[in-house]
Amino acid sequence: MDEKRIIELSIIANKVRKAALTGIYNSQSGHPGGSLSIADVLTLLYFEVMNVDPKNPKDPNRDRMVLSKGHTAPALYATLAQKGYFPVEDVYTLRRTDSYMQGHPDMNKIPGVDMSTGSLGQGVSAAGGMALAAKLDNKDYRVYSILGDGELEEGQVWEQAMFAPHYKLDNLTIFVDNNGLQIDGDITKVMNPTPIDEKFKAFGWNVIVTDAHDFNKLLDAVNQAKATKGKPTAIIMQSVKGKNVSYMENNPAWHGAAPKEEDFNKAISELDAQIKELEARL
Amino acid sequence: MAKKATRESYGAALVEYGADPNIVVLDADLSKSTKTEMFKKAYPDRFINCGIAEANMMCVAAGLASCGKTVFASSFAMFAAGRAYEQIRNSIGYTKLNVKIGATHAGISVGEDGASHQCLEDIALMRTIPGMVIINPADDIEARAAVKAAIDHEGPVYMRFGRLAVEDVHGEDYKFEIGKGSTLKEGSDVSIIATGLMVGMAMEAAKMLENEGISARVINIATIKPIDEDIIIKASKETGAIVTAEEHYIMGGLGSAVTEVVCKSAPCPVKIIGTDRYGKSGKPAELFKEYGLTPENIVKNVKEAIAMK
Repeated sequence: MDEKRIIELSIIANKVRKAALTGIYNSQSGHPGGSLSIADVLTLLYFEVMNVDPKNPKDPNRDRMVLSKGHTAPALYATLAQKGYFPVEDVYTLRRTDSYMQGHPDMNKIPGVDMSTGSLGQGVSAAGGMALAAKLDNKDYRVYSILGDGELEEGQVWEQAMFAPHYKLDNLTIFVDNNGLQIDGDITKVMNPTPIDEKFKAFGWNVIVTDAHDFNKLLDAVNQAKATKGKPTAIIMQSVKGKNVSYMENNPAWHGAAPKEEDFNKAISELDAQIKELEARL
Repeated sequence: MAKKATRESYGAALVEYGADPNIVVLDADLSKSTKTEMFKKAYPDRFINCGIAEANMMCVAAGLASCGKTVFASSFAMFAAGRAYEQIRNSIGYTKLNVKIGATHAGISVGEDGASHQCLEDIALMRTIPGMVIINPADDIEARAAVKAAIDHEGPVYMRFGRLAVEDVHGEDYKFEIGKGSTLKEGSDVSIIATGLMVGMAMEAAKMLENEGISARVINIATIKPIDEDIIIKASKETGAIVTAEEHYIMGGLGSAVTEVVCKSAPCPVKIIGTDRYGKSGKPAELFKEYGLTPENIVKNVKEAIAMK
């Protein structure tokens, strides 16, 4: 990717962050930290990688994305809105009784959501099912799934970790959002899932460790995944929880807490400043 | 009359109706017991063994279904409805995906394997999932028809099959329909509403009652959800007393479903026959006696229900 495209994607990702935070702020409920850490990978997937059409969200030949860490739905909704599935204003109604913007992804209510998730460990299994369906039908769509690193503590993840290599699901690529934090704190202190890369390697996956916030490196990893035949790929993304909002970065307190007015305004002005600076470089 | 276990009917029906290339059958290392191995032999490319990992299997089923597949996910009732309850609830029920859960080895008729494998709560668990269709067939004819109906129905279905061979209670001309009960014998003094292998016992009990001058109606409820309210209301109004019989806990199963209908629409005395504790190892016939799942106990409950009129 050239510098211009990277700047464009960075702007979109920060707009995703703004919309996600606005939804969370309005409802005073939701998960900002993990939403911010996956804004870049979501932007890359929907704007650079995936074959999807907002006008035809149920196209049977589309690529799929399952947000296995479903609590970061605000980032997914904000990305889908940027892509044109629905107005960004809808994201601002997040979690409201009169809104279709459910607290966790809902495939029957929200256009562009490929699987209802929220109960950790289940989304990645469903993604494996989708990848298997493509194989059974000899279709060439690809399936992506984003997991949290805390989510790896769910045993079901490792059931799918056996399944996908067993059925040679090389059309499945998962991303582990390795921000190192879960609700109760440092993942290595709560229930250590490391070494994540070696575990997936041992289960038979193609494993790539990369930077969650470097579009070129992420795209290289995705392309390596596409080129890898006979096994699925796990991209372990080293990420910053709360990315691009200074006071939220690397702070587990912002896992599931909504910002109050002062904090929210600070976050928005920081993101606006970054967008302005990026736009000046275009 | 030839006896057949409904799990055998499940396997045979999967082969019989499984030609559609969109049908995929999943199992969790129990294909020899659930009889999905019959489908595996007929359509090896569309049989997926998920290994001993029921949680993953249910969500793989959901993913396949989201891509247009009609998916059968099979295991023992204990590990399907029990172990993977929350996967079924969130990834299959809430999503309304086209997954059919083929749960075999339900109830104490599993026999020697004992309590850990004798699922007596699956109907209760599945009943709590909005939109879930629950079918508990009584015999081979109904079990095969249920598989066909499940294929034709768009959305989640839970099917309960047994390990024990049972006699047919229906004729070959029987037309199974989701949500419809069937009256197997007319009667005016009491209605015995049974499901699964208790239907055969209900018919025996009705014969015994006939000899004592008591006219018992026998109703088979295979679809426990959505339940046939009309047939239950009619039974209450016309016979004035009901006895339910199921190989399941008395909480949350057929008896609960029947009383919910009776209470709101046509109150009458209802006696519920089912189990009230964990199962145990033993021969099925001996366990039935110990747990009160016998024609004799149905007769006893019928008399008590009539006395309450």
